[in-house]
Amino acid sequence: MAYDSFKKLISTAVPLPIENVDTDQIIPARFLKATERKGFGDNLFRDWRYNADNSPKKDFVLNNPIYGGKILVGGKNFGSGSSREHAAWSVYDYGFRCVVSSFFADIFKNNCLNIGVLPVQVSSNFLAEIFKAIYDDATTELEIDLEKQTITLLSTGAKESFEINDYKKNNMLNGFDDIDYLQNIKGKITSFAENTPL
Amino acid sequence: MNKTLFDKVWDAHVVQKITDGPDVFFIDRHLIHEVTSPVAFLGLKKRGLSVLYPERTFATADHNTPTINQHLPIKDPLSANQLQALEDNSNEYGIIHWGLGHKNNGIVHVVGPEHGITLPGVTIVCGDSHTSTHGAFGAIAFGIGTSEVEMVLASQCIMQSKPKKLRITINGKLNKFVTPKDVGLYIISQLTTSGATGYFVEYAGEVFEDMTMEGRMTVCNLSIEMGARGGMIAPDSKTFDYIKGREFTPKGKDWDAAMTYWKTLKTDDNAVFDKEYIFNASDIEPMITYGTNPGMGMGITQQIPSENAIKGGKTSYEKSLNYMGFDQNDAMIGKKIDYVFLGSCTNGRIEDFRAFASIVKGKKKAENVTAWLVPGSHIVENQIKEEGLLSIITDAGFELRQPGCSACLAMNDDKVPAGKYAVSTSNRNFEGRQGQGSRTLLASPIVVAAAAITGVITDPRDL
Ligand code: SF4
Repeated sequence: MAYDSFKKLISTAVPLPIENVDTDQIIPARFLKATERKGFGDNLFRDWRYNADNSPKKDFVLNNPIYGGKILVGGKNFGSGSSREHAAWSVYDYGFRCVVSSFFADIFKNNCLNIGVLPVQVSSNFLAEIFKAIYDDATTELEIDLEKQTITLLSTGAKESFEINDYKKNNMLNGFDDIDYLQNIKGKITSFAENTPL
Repeated sequence: MNKTLFDKVWDAHVVQKITDGPDVFFIDRHLIHEVTSPVAFLGLKKRGLSVLYPERTFATADHNTPTINQHLPIKDPLSANQLQALEDNSNEYGIIHWGLGHKNNGIVHVVGPEHGITLPGVTIVCGDSHTSTHGAFGAIAFGIGTSEVEMVLASQCIMQSKPKKLRITINGKLNKFVTPKDVGLYIISQLTTSGATGYFVEYAGEVFEDMTMEGRMTVCNLSIEMGARGGMIAPDSKTFDYIKGREFTPKGKDWDAAMTYWKTLKTDDNAVFDKEYIFNASDIEPMITYGTNPGMGMGITQQIPSENAIKGGKTSYEKSLNYMGFDQNDAMIGKKIDYVFLGSCTNGRIEDFRAFASIVKGKKKAENVTAWLVPGSHIVENQIKEEGLLSIITDAGFELRQPGCSACLAMNDDKVPAGKYAVSTSNRNFEGRQGQGSRTLLASPIVVAAAAITGVITDPRDL
């Protein structure tokens, strides 16, 4: 078991209505020097969050005590750029378990699924509705039900379903990861490898 | 059944299909470096697993290495730790390791092709998104996260859903001073940075047929910047000439057998793509970016488009121009710059240095410009010396550094200071990518050379 299982999440959310949030913003390269996975949450959005003298930037949403919760709501094309899993780690280590956007970059989405952060893709209209609801009332809660594959704005009852393939869904529900699966079919892999010269 | 090049290579590597799930996808060759592998090895150890096929993994140190005085101990203890971890893990599991100072050392996507690790029809992954570079040889190559690095080490497989297929065809001949980098930046500016998300690209048409292997690598390298998982080009006689005789290329009878297979690696007539784009070579000018993603690019003689004329990222447009210190409708020509960077896996190969040298030959570097010229590998570095390019660039007032990723991601000391403008041959102009607060303009080695000579953005055709 690689991470905590994910079944249903009810939480307030942090709004970040910016398009093309790239992995260099999520975690700048200078924080990639660790040889262990720890402390990445502290540097999530480092350069948007802190000034050069390490004082917090007041206008950045993570520094605004009004907003909090386990869900990050981002603009279109969230997570573009690098394959660094450190970006997904920092999202997870900060305390988010779910990222909502109208569009995700491929590798980032995969990385999230591999470490137990659920990427939830919604329509752009629903995304706009979510942002509006949060800005109207920061205590607005979202419900993410992985079993039913739905996301609901609890204040209004507005609901959308989202896609995830059965395999990944099962992994997330149980906290399994791909290595568990691959270990179970090792025989198949080694016979495949024998017929595949280097 | 008519198949695309991508179908042929993908389907040949599926170990198992999972219903409503990903494919178990076999990886022929795996490249690792010091930044994204240590945690993967830790994970492996925690689970009590070993490396299943160490001979299929190759390690080089590049992301976090100094580009001067590589013979001295590394000052930054964190960087030194990462390099040590790569070396220790490689030794422990019997993985080939080209550490700092090794004659084969260099940027992972430069050294793979140099040694014949990259071949047609193989699958290659690496914990770096620009792994797409290797698609130039007709390989399926893409970047993966650290969890996946761990999977490949443990099982030589990852779990991947097959992407959709996109073909980009460019017909005609490129204009003078228009390089493969401009072709890449042009495509991204047309598709936006998310235009190819969910797709794997095949590049086709006269422009790519005419292109050298190095140029093809530059274009495939940039595939990720349009959101694609990767990009590939069908192998042809140029490909075979390039790989022949290299260290990890098959030899003798194996070569003959491989050639028979490789010649089948092309898209069948009437094979269907999920999406197609067709462009004309003559529409492409030398390109430059003005914003904070690689899609915000334009012909060098153009003006920065106004907000309602742009295709993607309207909400971040103003933020982006503010960061860059530019205004809508500004011309780029004549803007003052502070740094130039020639290097990276996009443009750190010998042809890039030849192109740069051809422009600066007999001229002098502008005094206000700091220039970092960083070869992609020791092999490139040696070629620069052997071909006499070194004296041309030093006569023009430039210095050559030692190989590595350098200012492409600025993990080492090569950081552009806050507020300064850098014209770079690398692949990302994200906020702070080349140093906190740095402002990056992406361009070809030729445009970079022209700016280095004049100190301002200059159309190389006017030099
Ligand atoms: S040069 Fe840049 S893009 Fe290429 S491998 Fe290094 S960091 Fe990645």
